Formats: sequence, C-alpha cells, structure tokens
Amino acid sequence: MNLQIKQEDHENTHHLHIAGEIDAYTAPQLREALLPLTGKEGHETLVHLGDVNYMDSTGLGVFVGALKSSKEHGSSIKLTGMTSRVQRLFEITGLDEVIDIEDVKGGSK
Amino acid sequence: MINISDFVEMKIPAQAEFVGVTRLTVSGIANRMGYSYDEIEDIKIALSEACTNAVNHAYKEDEKGQITIGFGIYEDRLEMMVLDRGQSFDYTKVSEKLGPVDSDKSVEQLSEGGLGLFLIESLMDKVEISGEDGVVVMMTKFLHRDGVEVDADTISSSPQ
Repeated sequence: MNLQIKQEDHENTHHLHIAGEIDAYTAPQLREALLPLTGKEGHETLVHLGDVNYMDSTGLGVFVGALKSSKEHGSSIKLTGMTSRVQRLFEITGLDEVIDIEDVKGGSK
Repeated sequence: MINISDFVEMKIPAQAEFVGVTRLTVSGIANRMGYSYDEIEDIKIALSEACTNAVNHAYKEDEKGQITIGFGIYEDRLEMMVLDRGQSFDYTKVSEKLGPVDSDKSVEQLSEGGLGLFLIESLMDKVEISGEDGVVVMMTKFLHRDGVEVDADTISSSPQ
C-alpha cells in the first residue's frame, strides 16, 4: 500500500517512474512530484506507470490536475507503459481522449 | 425477504490510509467467492471509491470518524455497503430504505466525488445510495459461475 517515485532528469525532459498503488492516501505524494515539473514552461514530463498495480479516481484526478497545469504553463505530459487495467479507467472515464497515453501493456483494446 | 448466507462487517477510521485495508479484505472475500481477476480488481476499485468519498466528505477535518463497511455474501452476488457514520447498521433495514442513484439529495452530497461515483456505477452491476442518516452506498456485483472467463489480458497485464 505504498507508492515509490523515482525521478530522472535529462535537461528539459523528466522521467517519473511510479510503482505501487495510487489511491487517496498516496495521491498527494504523486501530485507533489508531478506539479513542479508540469509547471516548467517548455519541459516535457514522461510518467512511467508500468509498475502501478492499483489506481482509482484519485489517481485520475492527479493526472487531470497535471494536464491542466501543463496547458497553463506551456509544458507537456505523457503517460507511458500503463497496464491495460489502468488504461481501462482512463477509457471508462473518457480521459484517454484528452491525456496523451502511449505503450499500453498487456494487449491492445 | 432478504436471505443472507454470510455477512462480514468491518469498521475503519475515516482516514485515507485505511482505504487500502478494505481493498485487501474485499479481495480476499471476492477471491473466495470465485470472481475472476478482472472482476476482483473492479470490486476493489468500487469499494475504494465509496470509502474515499466517505473519508473526504463525511467528516470535518478535525472530526475523528469511522466508516462501516458490510459485505453481504450470497450464492450469486456480493453486496458491499459503505456507511459513513460509525454505527453498526441493521443490514435488513438499510437494504429496504435504499433508493436508486438519482435520489436528489445524496447525489448532490456526493457530487464532489463525481468521477469516483461514475466509476462505481460503471464497474458494479447495481448501485444504490441512501442519504437519510449519513450516506449509505450499496453496491452489488453478480457472480457468474457458468464457465471460465476468457480474457487474454488477465495473464499478461499485471505482474503482482
């Protein structure tokens, strides 16, 4: 029931490797890691979600917030490598239409 | 009228860090009942959403509250009730009082957790909310025992 976040920076590109569970308890931690990055103009943030084994609407909320922040500050955010389970939540809620998602693991739909 | 085969009740402090505990519990119950991997994941999300709503909206910041969760285990379904006031509930009585989701007051109360409620409705077969004495969310997931679920994603999707 924990969340691990590892950050790698290559000039204006930031990689966040997320592992564990994103829920109401851990979401603030993710938000704190994400928002400073999306707040930098011209920077790109890639969020690697392959090791996220649980996520619910609080996680969706964080990514919606990050997307808003990136639009506001002229940065970009992309979610990559999520499992089809996690991707399904974006699909059900229609958020896959507004958020940049690539490389879904475990079969395409 | 209502025939319960088994009933499990748990109380948690109304704090976000305990929502994960309810997931572990329901995962055990649903697994025991024979739900598929994907169904168990759906059930875990729905229960977490309901508990998270209760944590966020039921109590004021300085108020120490409790959430009561009841699992009705039937031959053909799992019923989960989330009650945002700490008292035990009379399962039969509460079931009778529940109305459909669109009862005005309770939806308004839960509207801030709109995405969560939307997910609950998408993932569960039946959702009822009653707002008379605290908010009660009741969610039902039916169990289809006939045949093995064929889902290619199940094996490869998650490495847990």
